[in-house]
Amino acid sequence: MNKLHRAIYPFLGVAAILAIWQLYTFISGISRIVLPSPLDILRVSVTRFDLLLQQTWPTTLESVAGFGLALLIGIPLAVCVANSRLLNLTLYPILVATQSVPKVAIAPIILVWFGLGIESKLAIAFLVAFFPIVVDTATGLRATPPGLLELARSLRASPFQVFMKVQMPAALPFIFAGAKVAITLAVIGAVIGEFVGSVNGLGNLLLTANSQLDGPLAWAALVWLSLLGIVLFVAVSLTERIVMPWAESGHH
Amino acid sequence: MPQEATDTRAAQSGPSSTLFGRFENVHQSFARAGQDRLVAIESVSFNLRAGHLASLLGPSGCGKTTFLRIVAGLIPATSGVVQINGTNVTAPQSDFGVAFQQANLMPWRTVIKNILFPIEIRRESTRDTLERAHELLDLVGLSGFENAYPSQLSGGMQQRVALCRALIHRPRLLLMDEPFGALDELTRMEMQNLLLDIRAKTGATVLFVTHSISEAVFLSDVVVVFSKRPAVIADYIDIDLPYPRTPEVRYSSKYTDFEHRAGRALGITR
Repeated sequence: MNKLHRAIYPFLGVAAILAIWQLYTFISGISRIVLPSPLDILRVSVTRFDLLLQQTWPTTLESVAGFGLALLIGIPLAVCVANSRLLNLTLYPILVATQSVPKVAIAPIILVWFGLGIESKLAIAFLVAFFPIVVDTATGLRATPPGLLELARSLRASPFQVFMKVQMPAALPFIFAGAKVAITLAVIGAVIGEFVGSVNGLGNLLLTANSQLDGPLAWAALVWLSLLGIVLFVAVSLTERIVMPWAESGHH
Repeated sequence: MPQEATDTRAAQSGPSSTLFGRFENVHQSFARAGQDRLVAIESVSFNLRAGHLASLLGPSGCGKTTFLRIVAGLIPATSGVVQINGTNVTAPQSDFGVAFQQANLMPWRTVIKNILFPIEIRRESTRDTLERAHELLDLVGLSGFENAYPSQLSGGMQQRVALCRALIHRPRLLLMDEPFGALDELTRMEMQNLLLDIRAKTGATVLFVTHSISEAVFLSDVVVVFSKRPAVIADYIDIDLPYPRTPEVRYSSKYTDFEHRAGRALGITR
């Protein structure tokens, strides 16, 4: 089965669900406020395209910036945790403890600290994206094949060389696994922030449309949010393929 | 053809008589929590001549790999003398090449970059080293695979690349820890011929760990038979067969005699 054939099946599945959904709204005569049909949502997506696009930017910015900050702080922290027993013992339990605090519950507090602007959403996106990046990177750094470490030692490589030329590249698949989870979570974090308090963004639009009983627009915002999540995920996956071409070549 | 002409040892009578490695009462034991110390190597003494290929033959877990790691400078001996070229070995030396049972290639590096890794660590990259990497690849029959990734190679091909990497900095001592152990029989025999070929061309001294009697006899000038743990030397066999060794030598009566002697030392045959 080639790639094209395999790609057809999910599309068929989605098409079938949309068809049943459309048929159901048509037959049941259910209110558009409660459940708009796929065609209603599509229509709104086209007619209010400018509004939706305009509201997509703040959410994208919040997610990507929060994700970027999580990478920027998470990876160096993971390096510390993976290489120092003391830091591992000190920081790891704190990390796990902070992770168990529900992010939705701290969102209002963060809003008080950072205000209604982008900073509070960025902070929440950062908080949810941070954990998978730290944990996966630390796991990857500790999972360096012992044979490669021994080889480096037999060549009298310096600790810095071992880190740059062996540990880090060996951890890359783990880092990307964490990054793929993190980018999806970052979008969720941004939307949580927008729900709790905001002036713009797709989450804000969804909430506003809902309160104005504009079902199709609320659903359109939801669809756009999902698309945003998918696009960002694909972007990370493509980066992975570019950075790690060897991972791809093994499957031939 | 007269035997002398085919015998590299006879041809290189100069270096072959030179002492290269000296191992005296090498003893290794490890501390164990709540138990007595585990003695891996009781006492091992032998000399390694320059240009010789010496095999360490012994049952699994007998301490031969531990001994190789001591010689490589990766772990210190608990007591005893480990001298290579007149120097006491306490750390990995720059003129050693090590090949492990696993090829240990870096999946993120292409073949050529894997081979150049030791050079990169030493910051000695020059045009010559790149040229040498290509020569080595040619020698092991992998020309054209320079830019392939290890995952695209078979196990045997990966070991060839690992061999090139061990040879890139022209080591005077090549340490090999069952490098062909994970390969199928045919590939293994091919690799054995290749190793003898490389040894003849480079003149490197080789210390080769194996648990295959036939491999040890086929490759070596000298087979050092290790006993079960804690290891002592059960036998020291001069393999008096001329090089280059053709596959036919495996069927000669002298060859099987050596195999029997090694087998007796291991306690397998009477």
